Amino acid sequence: MNAMMKKAPGRPLHPSKRKWTGDVILFNIVGYTLLAAFALLCFLPFYLVVVSSFEAESNLVREGFTLYLRDFSLESYKMSLKNPENILRAYGVTTTVTVIGTACSLLLCTMTGYVLSRKYFRARNFFSFFFFFTTLFSGGLVPWYIICVRYLNFKNHLYALILPMIFSVWNMIIAKSFMAGIPDALGESAKIDGANELVIFFKLMLPLSTPLLATLGLFSALAYWNDWYNCMLFVNKEEMYSLQYYLQTVLNSADAIRKAAAMSNGAAVIDTSAIPMEGMKMAMTVIAIGPIVLLYPFVQRYFVKGLTIGAVKG
Amino acid sequence: MAKKNDATVLHCKRNWLQRAGHEMRSNWLLFVMLLPAVVYVLIFNYWPMSGIVLAFKDYKTRLGIFGSPWVGLTNFEFLKISGKLGLLTWNTLSYNLIFILLSIVLEMGFAIILNEVVGKRFKKTLQTVMFLPYFISWVVVSAIMYNIFNYEKGTFNVIATSMGLDAFDLYNTGSAWRVVIPIVNAWKKTGYGMVVYLAAITALDQDMFEAASIDGANVWQKIRHITIPCLVPQMMILTLLAIGNVFRGDFGLFYQTVKTNANILPYTDVLDTYVFRSLMTTGDIGMSAAAGLYQSILCFVTICAANFLVKKVQPDYALF
Repeated sequence: MNAMMKKAPGRPLHPSKRKWTGDVILFNIVGYTLLAAFALLCFLPFYLVVVSSFEAESNLVREGFTLYLRDFSLESYKMSLKNPENILRAYGVTTTVTVIGTACSLLLCTMTGYVLSRKYFRARNFFSFFFFFTTLFSGGLVPWYIICVRYLNFKNHLYALILPMIFSVWNMIIAKSFMAGIPDALGESAKIDGANELVIFFKLMLPLSTPLLATLGLFSALAYWNDWYNCMLFVNKEEMYSLQYYLQTVLNSADAIRKAAAMSNGAAVIDTSAIPMEGMKMAMTVIAIGPIVLLYPFVQRYFVKGLTIGAVKG
Repeated sequence: MAKKNDATVLHCKRNWLQRAGHEMRSNWLLFVMLLPAVVYVLIFNYWPMSGIVLAFKDYKTRLGIFGSPWVGLTNFEFLKISGKLGLLTWNTLSYNLIFILLSIVLEMGFAIILNEVVGKRFKKTLQTVMFLPYFISWVVVSAIMYNIFNYEKGTFNVIATSMGLDAFDLYNTGSAWRVVIPIVNAWKKTGYGMVVYLAAITALDQDMFEAASIDGANVWQKIRHITIPCLVPQMMILTLLAIGNVFRGDFGLFYQTVKTNANILPYTDVLDTYVFRSLMTTGDIGMSAAAGLYQSILCFVTICAANFLVKKVQPDYALF
């Protein structure tokens, strides 16, 4: 009986068992005030960006960004999407990099984790340290950058956006400790039935590791989707800008917007004051975070799960 | 099974070379599966480690890393003369220490509150909202910063001036960044850290809380005498791990929020941003590599020291 109760340690007290004494009421009032204040602080910036993206540019120029919407207008979005090739291309680059990168990263991390989780693999301690040492000491940015650019020809290649983030020692350790938790007997019996390590890994361990795959996949996909750093280091061709880096260039340079607007109008002479610059920056931000925020409520629980998987040290 | 026993008996008589050979033969497929990651780490981690010699060289693109001439400690001397090293180290260290303190208070505090208040659905919604900033990139954070703190058009100044106050020029007030950067950092990461603590709280034995209630403990007493003491080990581990990384600045945070405002750099420049700027903007490769090596060594020493402490406090949680 006792053991059964221990199995669900997170089980909250049944509401009827809670007594509404003074301290409980006071705690709930104080607690909700603090929580609501912080949650509002987290939410408000997103709200501001969305409101500004729908604001008429003339208001933004005259009065700046405000807390409420004054005149609803789609001109910022129309202007951003007038010449959609840039955005679509950036979306294409980011999607390609995210899909290929996440798939390869998952395979590499779980396969390495699998090998290092095998207790009969005698070299596992040596290799565990071989990988782990890289998290303790690194050569720094400069030698890494020079090797990537000079010896590995990273400049303006798609693999420059994929390779730097493809292998994470931490993800590998999470995979290793997860797979070490799967009973050895399963692998052993498959071996007796004549399966080799590759078959055991692909046919047995991966199907049993779906929670791990979901979590690591999401962490990795988020890292690829939000990456601007590698693009900033290795890419200087506009056709290869990732979404976040494209947003960065839009935010940073008014020239880029003027250029885009000039191209979309097909005329060199345009009234620069009529270009929705402030609103366009905000609209571009919304376009860039849209997919993440829409997907977020559905994937959030996998992140929460992953944090608990990761808490188990290997 | 019998075969395995034979192998163990034989294994005792072999020397290490024969053992390695036997291991290679019996587990060759495992070695093959390990190969991609090993090759990757050799190329992208161990090869650059040999590149630390750059800190002692005058790098010429034509000659490459290993062909460039040696210059001894000149790069470090230049770094010392520029007088930046102390400031950069102090900035990196002080910001990270503030982040650590803030994260303990906010993450643990909100986790405890969220665990204790009633209303399941409302709790879930709040948690979702607080986790949201973790999911966006630093570029988006910089867009948000622009929206709020822009001198002429930012929401902050629009509200301030409408209330008759003076507009506040954040991008020309260096000292204000000592407050703004910790807030931005806490804004982005509290939701994530809170979930880590929340997981630790829900893993606690609920019988303790029930027993305390029966004995007449109120909410505050339960938090003070059960929840917080139970979270201390978790907190210690997370803090010591963070202390191990105290010389590693969050590049995205410092680069994207500050951008390249030269007049506030003394307040916001950390080792990571300095190394990046020397490499990409000024092209001062030798000095950049020297600063990078200096940081790598500092990091290595602090991580080892932090791990030593973890080992003393709670050996199970030691990294190595």
